[in-house]
Amino acid sequence: MKLQKLLRDDRFWQIAGQAIAVLLVVIFAALIWDNLTYNLRQLGIQLGFDFLRVQASFDIGESLIPYDPSNSYSRAIFVGLLNSLRVVAIGLVLATIFGLVFGIAQLSDNWLVRRIAIAYVEIFRNVPLLLQLFFWYFAVFLNLPGIDNPITFFGSAYLTGQGVFFPWVEIGTGGGIWLALLLAGILGAIALWRWRWRVMVERGQAGNQIWYALGSILGAAIVAFVLTQSIPFRLSIPQATPGQIEGGLRLSPEFCALLAGLVIYTSSYIAEIVRAGILAVPKGQWEAARALGLKPNRIMQMVILPQALRVIVPPLTSQYLNLAKNSSLAIAVGFPDVYFVASTTFNQTGRAVEVMLLIMMTYLTTSLTISLVMNLYNRTVQIKER
Amino acid sequence: MQIQSPAPPTPPTSPLNWVQKNLFSTWYNSILTIVCLAIIIWVLSSFVSWALTAAQWGVVGANLRLFFVGRFPPELYWRVWTALGLIIGLAGICWGYIVRQSPLFSRTILFALGVIVAAVILLPLELSARLWILAIAIVALIGYGVGRTLPPSISPWLTPAWGLVFIVNIWLIGGGLGLTSVPTNVWSGLLLTLIAAICGIVLSFPFGILLALGRQSSLPVVRIFAILYIEVIRGLPLIGILFLAQVMLPLFLPPYFRNLDRVLRAIAGLVLFSAAYLAENIRGGLQAIPRGQYEAAKALGLNSPLVVLLIVLPQALRAVIPAIVGQFIGLFKDTSLLALFGLLELTGISRSILAQPQFLGRYAEVYLFIGLIYWLFCYGMSTASRYLERKLNVSN
Repeated sequence: MKLQKLLRDDRFWQIAGQAIAVLLVVIFAALIWDNLTYNLRQLGIQLGFDFLRVQASFDIGESLIPYDPSNSYSRAIFVGLLNSLRVVAIGLVLATIFGLVFGIAQLSDNWLVRRIAIAYVEIFRNVPLLLQLFFWYFAVFLNLPGIDNPITFFGSAYLTGQGVFFPWVEIGTGGGIWLALLLAGILGAIALWRWRWRVMVERGQAGNQIWYALGSILGAAIVAFVLTQSIPFRLSIPQATPGQIEGGLRLSPEFCALLAGLVIYTSSYIAEIVRAGILAVPKGQWEAARALGLKPNRIMQMVILPQALRVIVPPLTSQYLNLAKNSSLAIAVGFPDVYFVASTTFNQTGRAVEVMLLIMMTYLTTSLTISLVMNLYNRTVQIKER
Repeated sequence: MQIQSPAPPTPPTSPLNWVQKNLFSTWYNSILTIVCLAIIIWVLSSFVSWALTAAQWGVVGANLRLFFVGRFPPELYWRVWTALGLIIGLAGICWGYIVRQSPLFSRTILFALGVIVAAVILLPLELSARLWILAIAIVALIGYGVGRTLPPSISPWLTPAWGLVFIVNIWLIGGGLGLTSVPTNVWSGLLLTLIAAICGIVLSFPFGILLALGRQSSLPVVRIFAILYIEVIRGLPLIGILFLAQVMLPLFLPPYFRNLDRVLRAIAGLVLFSAAYLAENIRGGLQAIPRGQYEAAKALGLNSPLVVLLIVLPQALRAVIPAIVGQFIGLFKDTSLLALFGLLELTGISRSILAQPQFLGRYAEVYLFIGLIYWLFCYGMSTASRYLERKLNVSN
């Protein structure tokens, strides 16, 4: 009788269920651990991260910090991490811009523009990213003419099979002060812009936000000039001499292919998200804004986008995460990102468990950072209830 | 009282009107139109001139077999064709059943028929392949006709029928039980892509459902384990999980499984990956079930497992079918990553074709061709799922 009563009690089952779950997980983990230690002993491999201090003795194609094969594995992986972060950061910005443009273009009242945008989205969304990367790398960027007769744009940018060259700003001495002040100027410009925007919305006065923002940046530049008495920026334009191109900024074909693939693939998803977000704004909002006499671009900026952002930001976050994760496909085009370097490390050392843990740590940290930032941003665009 | 007013007169639309309204309504629209036209003409003309002069499409025609079935033994092709016939036949039955209230020959069906006829006549196929395609098309049509006449009481049997087809097809392709067995290392080409994607989604279903239920569970320990698994897997790139499956899975298993073959390892990786995403999709469905359903079922005296099994899950799964189709499309594309681990699925086999000396440098042709195959599958599936969704919503 007592047993029957117990069996009918929900609380008993709740505790029993959790106990069984814990037991199952513990048994499973113990089995795996047992097998792992046995197998590793058989293979003669030890666990531990001390191998990271050993000399890596492999070269890395491109690096943001000085690196040579005599450096340690940990430095090699750090170089890979920086490369990953570089492509992810640039990719996020470009994918957002492309996605926004094509998303809005899908709703254009121009039939041709609409069709082109829809074709872009449908083509690039439905082909695997890996295949697109292969295509960009082998069929496009490596297939460009050699460095002897490059494709030239206005005599200052070159497309070649050895890389893409374009003008870049070189920073001389005193650049630090300039950069710091310019950053302050830009932050000031953003603050001024928001203030003037509020003035325009709340009081109906002319905003002139562009002039305020430009003024802030110009002011910062003047202060910097007065302080350093020089302009430490020099525009470096690549010069083609027979056999080589000098100056400017060179992007390797690997980097270009990876960036092109990631940006185009992700932007086709973002375009759909933007389109859905804009369509989610009720039609009455457009009509009301038009009835108030707002200009089309003002309607977009002040009425539609702020409301669409509420719908756009959560799925946009997951696309950003996808871009960061997909950057690991760099190995397909030979761009030395963190996964590529880690897998080379595995091939040389055979340390599967440690390398896997490193890869997991890196990507989980990156993913967490992106979702943290985007969640903070999401909070600012959501409806604030008073 | 409502006054019925006649519909406003629609102005006559001539092509010129349409052009004026859609392409040249304002000055900036006119500029946009001209710029876009210039870009389209430039892209199309350079593509066409490349495709007709510089490109050498011989690499595609010469390797058609490799692309589709890879190294599958030619004398056993009938098994692949039969498997395809079973899928298409059952698909025809389901299609006919779903659209049984629409007219017999819609534009879509006529269009599909036209495409099949054109493909049979135009593609450089062997006679046997043409006959097989013809036979399968006839099976599909018969299935469509049969499906239209089926009574609604058949619908609970359609899902088990798909399960049966799945098992029979695995048997047909893998062999054993009376058929010559085909080892997994000759599974390649589009065949392997499809096997990996379908196995990945089908086998991840039980795990996905358990994880989703676990995440929704009222037991904190179960919930924490489920969340931990889902979030860790979702935070990792697929390539990392495939690395785990290829390199570490043998280390986690007893020594007996040390030589687990690569295809199975890859499918295990896809299942691990897909289960986490499936769980999130199913959770969406579970959250969409109103509380009243639970309470009504409890009031009828069902215990918790039965409430979930009989009342909640069927509704939740039905609600997330579109999301699962989307996930399947994603998984289908993601199988291309197996190429990075030396498997010869569609992308992998094209890389091995490109490595042959006589086809060196024919990247653009091959990648465009297999891109087209991927595109047809993905676009076809998403279009079909959107269409079905509309149909099913209307009939409800």
